[in-house]
Amino acid sequence: MADVFRKMGSMAINGIWQLGFIARFFWLILVYSGQSFTRIHLTLRELYFSGVMSLLIILVSGLFVGLVLGLQGYETLQRYGASDSLGTLVALSLVRELGPVVAGLLFASRAGSAVTAEIGLMKVTEQLKAMDMMAVSPIARVVAPRFWGGVISMPLLAALFSAMGVFGGWLIGVVVIGVDDGAFWAQMQDAVDFRYDVLNGVIKSAVFGVAVALIAVFEGYDCVPTAEGVSRAITRTVVSSALAILALDFVMTSFMFRG
Amino acid sequence: MSEPLVRLENVRFAYGERAILRGISLSIPRGKVVAIMGGSGCGKTTLLRLIGGQERAVGGRVTVDGQDVAKLGRDALYALRRRMGMLFQFGALFTDMSVFDNVAFPLREHTDLPAELINDLVMMKLHAVGLRGAAKLMPGELSGGMARRVALARTIALDPMLLMYDEPFTGLDPISLGVIGQLIRRLNDALGASSVIVTHDIQESLQIVDYIYFISEGRVVAEGTPDEIRNSADPFVSQFVHAQADGPVPFHYPAGDYATALVGGAG
Repeated sequence: MADVFRKMGSMAINGIWQLGFIARFFWLILVYSGQSFTRIHLTLRELYFSGVMSLLIILVSGLFVGLVLGLQGYETLQRYGASDSLGTLVALSLVRELGPVVAGLLFASRAGSAVTAEIGLMKVTEQLKAMDMMAVSPIARVVAPRFWGGVISMPLLAALFSAMGVFGGWLIGVVVIGVDDGAFWAQMQDAVDFRYDVLNGVIKSAVFGVAVALIAVFEGYDCVPTAEGVSRAITRTVVSSALAILALDFVMTSFMFRG
Repeated sequence: MSEPLVRLENVRFAYGERAILRGISLSIPRGKVVAIMGGSGCGKTTLLRLIGGQERAVGGRVTVDGQDVAKLGRDALYALRRRMGMLFQFGALFTDMSVFDNVAFPLREHTDLPAELINDLVMMKLHAVGLRGAAKLMPGELSGGMARRVALARTIALDPMLLMYDEPFTGLDPISLGVIGQLIRRLNDALGASSVIVTHDIQESLQIVDYIYFISEGRVVAEGTPDEIRNSADPFVSQFVHAQADGPVPFHYPAGDYATALVGGAG
């Protein structure tokens, strides 16, 4: 019995240590962020790898999510004779929840894992140490640009995901099923508030962006420098990011949308 | 005689409970090439990390060019590192940059030189290691020996006063090995630098270095010029020079009684 308590205690202490490390690491990233903006090409390159290269999976997934929302939404709404509200349902679900959350999950598995792998392998091949020995801070040169690349691309990707989803919902609802085109858009326009719905969605996606980017660069930088260590770090990035996104989503939703 | 460039005084170091260095004193005179030798895992690489300030000693003092490395703040340490170059075991080239960009990296990071001048400097450094023609290749397209030479060109990009080599001969064919050895000597003399080579390749080292330290179990166990080492009667040195499997450095990892282990079976 004492053993169980001891284990729980040591797990708690380890968890707090880890949180402390991450907080310190986050602080260092902020302190060394100057170069990410004064030498903007460093960040632009990461924006390309994290953002532009994730476009395909984000757009295609957004389209499919929109198509499914259109089908399911219509099926439910028409039971109550409210199929004209399909536009509202699709847009609100996407802008408030699905856009930020699903785009965040996809972003973590597509871009977050790649960032962790890249930084982890740089550590394995001593590139980070070599840089440090050349009096160039790896945090300023390698970590911070990747962090900001992720933070900037995440809200943009979530917005594109939502836009693509609305288009999917329109495609299935209006073009295929035959919901009234005017009603679809007019009801959406009427029901979606810019500040309350759209802005809150953007805030969510920005927070997810910070969380995923921080986890990805931290896991890469902190990994055990072996093949196994890198693979574990990548797994941890995807798992921790997913959990962080879902938990943060609950917390933010409970503050933002209380009805 | 002038003050040595690097001086270690009674340096002790441990990873947690595991003692790696147990009181090492040695010095690297200016303009000389010094080898630090010893079996794998005896703390040779740790020595370089202490000199470069990547680790801090538990006890003793490491001074480079008169500065106590452990007492330097981050900025002062980085200022010192700009005057040091370190060649890592497998080169540690940046895999997302071409050979040219790798060599240009320290110049671009630390100077505001115009692009034409950087181009000239990089070409001179690459020419010095015989790889001017490989400037456009990516690190993945290089052989092990070539990668190490590119890394060497990058290491000397800022004309350092101290060059550190971590196992520069590991995994090279005899020709590449000779090439790297000669380069280490020639560059040291041309740059007026001082060099430390951490290695266990005794034959190559004897040909190019001025002085050799042998380390075992965290202590300096023998030292001398190449001639003194060749003629040494010290059992440790002799085992090393003649590559004998057993001697002061045991063949067997410490273990219990052999007969008991066999008869005891699974127990």
